[in-house]
Amino acid sequence: MSKFTSAWLALALAASMSAEAQTGKYPGIGRTATPAEIQAWDIDVRPDFKGLPAGSGSVAKGQDVWEAKCSSCHGTFGESNEVFSPLVGGTTAEDIKTGRVKALQEPVARTTLMKVSSISTLWDYINRAMPWNAPKSLSTDEVYAALAYLLHLGDIIPADFVLNEKTIRDVQERLPNRNGKVKYDGLWNLRSKGDVQNVACMKDCKLEIGLASALPEFARGTHGNLAEQQRLIGPARGIDTTVPASAPAKATATTAPAVSAMLDMASKNNCMACHQVDKKFIGPSFQDVAAKYRGDAGAEAKLVAKVRNGGSGVWGAIPMPPHAIKEEDLRALVKWVLAGGQG
Amino acid sequence: MAPPRKPATLGITGRLQRAPENFLDPSQIAEVAAGRRGFLRNAFLLAGGTAAAAMSSGAAAEFKGDSNILETAPHTKGLGKPVAATGYGQPSQFERNLQRRESPGLTRVPAASVSFAPLQGMFGIITPNGLHFERHHQGWWDLDPSKHRLMINGLVKNPMVFTMDDLMRLPAVSRIHFIECGANTGMEWGNVAVPTVQYTHGMLSCCEFTGVLLSTILDMAGFDRKNGKYILAEGADGSSMTRTIAIDRALDDCMVAYAMNGEMLRPENGYPLRMVAPGIQGVSWVKWLRRIEVGDQPYGTKDEVIHYIDLMPDGRHRQYTSIQECKSVITSPSGGQTLLDKGFHNVTGLAWSGRGKISRVDVSFDGGRNWQPARLESPIQSKSLTRFNINWNWNGGPAILQSRAVDETGYVQPKINQLRAVRGTRSIYHNNAIQSWKIAESGEVSNVQVY
Repeated sequence: MSKFTSAWLALALAASMSAEAQTGKYPGIGRTATPAEIQAWDIDVRPDFKGLPAGSGSVAKGQDVWEAKCSSCHGTFGESNEVFSPLVGGTTAEDIKTGRVKALQEPVARTTLMKVSSISTLWDYINRAMPWNAPKSLSTDEVYAALAYLLHLGDIIPADFVLNEKTIRDVQERLPNRNGKVKYDGLWNLRSKGDVQNVACMKDCKLEIGLASALPEFARGTHGNLAEQQRLIGPARGIDTTVPASAPAKATATTAPAVSAMLDMASKNNCMACHQVDKKFIGPSFQDVAAKYRGDAGAEAKLVAKVRNGGSGVWGAIPMPPHAIKEEDLRALVKWVLAGGQG
Repeated sequence: MAPPRKPATLGITGRLQRAPENFLDPSQIAEVAAGRRGFLRNAFLLAGGTAAAAMSSGAAAEFKGDSNILETAPHTKGLGKPVAATGYGQPSQFERNLQRRESPGLTRVPAASVSFAPLQGMFGIITPNGLHFERHHQGWWDLDPSKHRLMINGLVKNPMVFTMDDLMRLPAVSRIHFIECGANTGMEWGNVAVPTVQYTHGMLSCCEFTGVLLSTILDMAGFDRKNGKYILAEGADGSSMTRTIAIDRALDDCMVAYAMNGEMLRPENGYPLRMVAPGIQGVSWVKWLRRIEVGDQPYGTKDEVIHYIDLMPDGRHRQYTSIQECKSVITSPSGGQTLLDKGFHNVTGLAWSGRGKISRVDVSFDGGRNWQPARLESPIQSKSLTRFNINWNWNGGPAILQSRAVDETGYVQPKINQLRAVRGTRSIYHNNAIQSWKIAESGEVSNVQVY
């Protein structure tokens, strides 16, 4: 929020708000925002640190926040590639000096710390969107702490560092890729030209290579059976990718793969965003849940309540958020989970 | 997500074929495509079921006609369903193959993923609302519109709050615009990676949007014309998605839209309010729009500094690359299809430009050696999809189909090697290269890169 806005607000609030709405070009529409409303929503932090609230967090405190709320997706060291792209890795002490991540010149996977050029971006995004399943639940100090720990994992700040609204400016000067950005005006400004041009040759145009790339045979079926993804009338049909291109075409009609109706229901209700049937993901696998409650007569009621109201502590620190699922679907889903997600 | 289920009656035998070929199986389609029509007579004579029933008995049977004509169908001699049998109408059960789909392995979390629109089955330029592509950053919500608010703050004289009631009273505009994700065709920077036009180009849709011009709202709040250089658009979802838009674009044709194609926005598309930023990549069309801030500097948001950045060959990232450059693609025939027969075909596709109107589309049938102009269908509008068609007599030989669009600024859609020469092969975003579809003698259409 700018001083400009604050000063104006004081004046605006002195005037009657209802009178305000009755004037102007469109009388009766909209009203003046209150300072409390603006404070509640105006949470953005810019690269020049406008909007950054005062607060602080140590690397040590950040480790606690990290292990409780961040590590299940991002890994203990921010290195995990399981759920999201890795946050940490690929930067060197030399990069911190130059402000350019050298590894970006090579064909390597990119981590967040290799890419990010403004520290405000990380603060802003952790504050507005993290943790994944409970955004905006971190206190200001927890945001500073989690960011401090992340930066420490990337060897950008030492273990005894305390990140606050002042020291964050020094950290900006140590970001490994702070100088690795460029703006190309032609792809932002309509009055400028693009960077790549072709010419509209119409006849006997020369080719450089000819056929340069084709979909490999093994990739035919990677996107499911294409016969089921095309219209059933018209000039063409979808290719039956359940058989190799070289095999004789099948004479039988294609059928959809059998899909578990319950798995479908679980997907639609967002269960599969955090759970898998047979593997631990963000939450426990359904098979693990089934094993834990085997022989427990009260399990169904317990789990129904837990899905509806949310819970934490049974499978680790990551909380399960409350879910509004239709009663009969909820009961069916819990029964299915207690059967290990089978059928 | 589970694949959609097929209605029981579907299958390759349910095809509508001209008589008497209404019982071709895939191997027979291949035979037809190879020009071996003689087998048809034998296949016809041996066939059982309805086709044979329509014939008189005996090997020397004379063809009397198509059983679909000679026999009266149940729907022609019975009573159909009443009005309002479905309060909100649904497509025919025979159209269920056309669905939004995910590209397997593209993302690991379905709440931060993409579903692609089935361009291969669409007509004209308007995307049906149920098939509009999806891109969510932290899952989607169906918001109560009576509780939704839009705030305008920052460098304004009067920071304001609007309800949906307020916004729907303001002067409305309705405009047709395309929306394309900056990562559309991003999987193809290095080489061919996906089989069909749904996955190569399906992060593309086009709707008639209705809403209020952003300039109207910025004027009402009295924005600072001297220092206000940028706006920040912010969503109300968990990630409270934010993007910076230049003030001249915001004042030109950006809208805060509440409707698409004659009905309110769909929840997956930001119900009840989204930003419409014509010609700019889809990530800037912030959904569940709750706040607009006017500022004097760009905001450096996550999707401007960490994602939606173009990795250049020298290892630097281009930030704020927003304009969706001129691009086109042939949607039929397209990858993953098999043509039924040689002979006449209407080749059709889509063209668009983030800089204005499409002025021309050329099509090549020989992999880019020779080109001819296609017919552009009206309406041809600024920053909208434009449909093109061109006649083609397929002689049954191998062919490579390409389309190349030109926009009103004179910009000519580039080849992939021209893009790579400047931007390398490691980028993800803003690939507007010419698409090539190879037609094999079997009629099978596949995704290739030719230049």
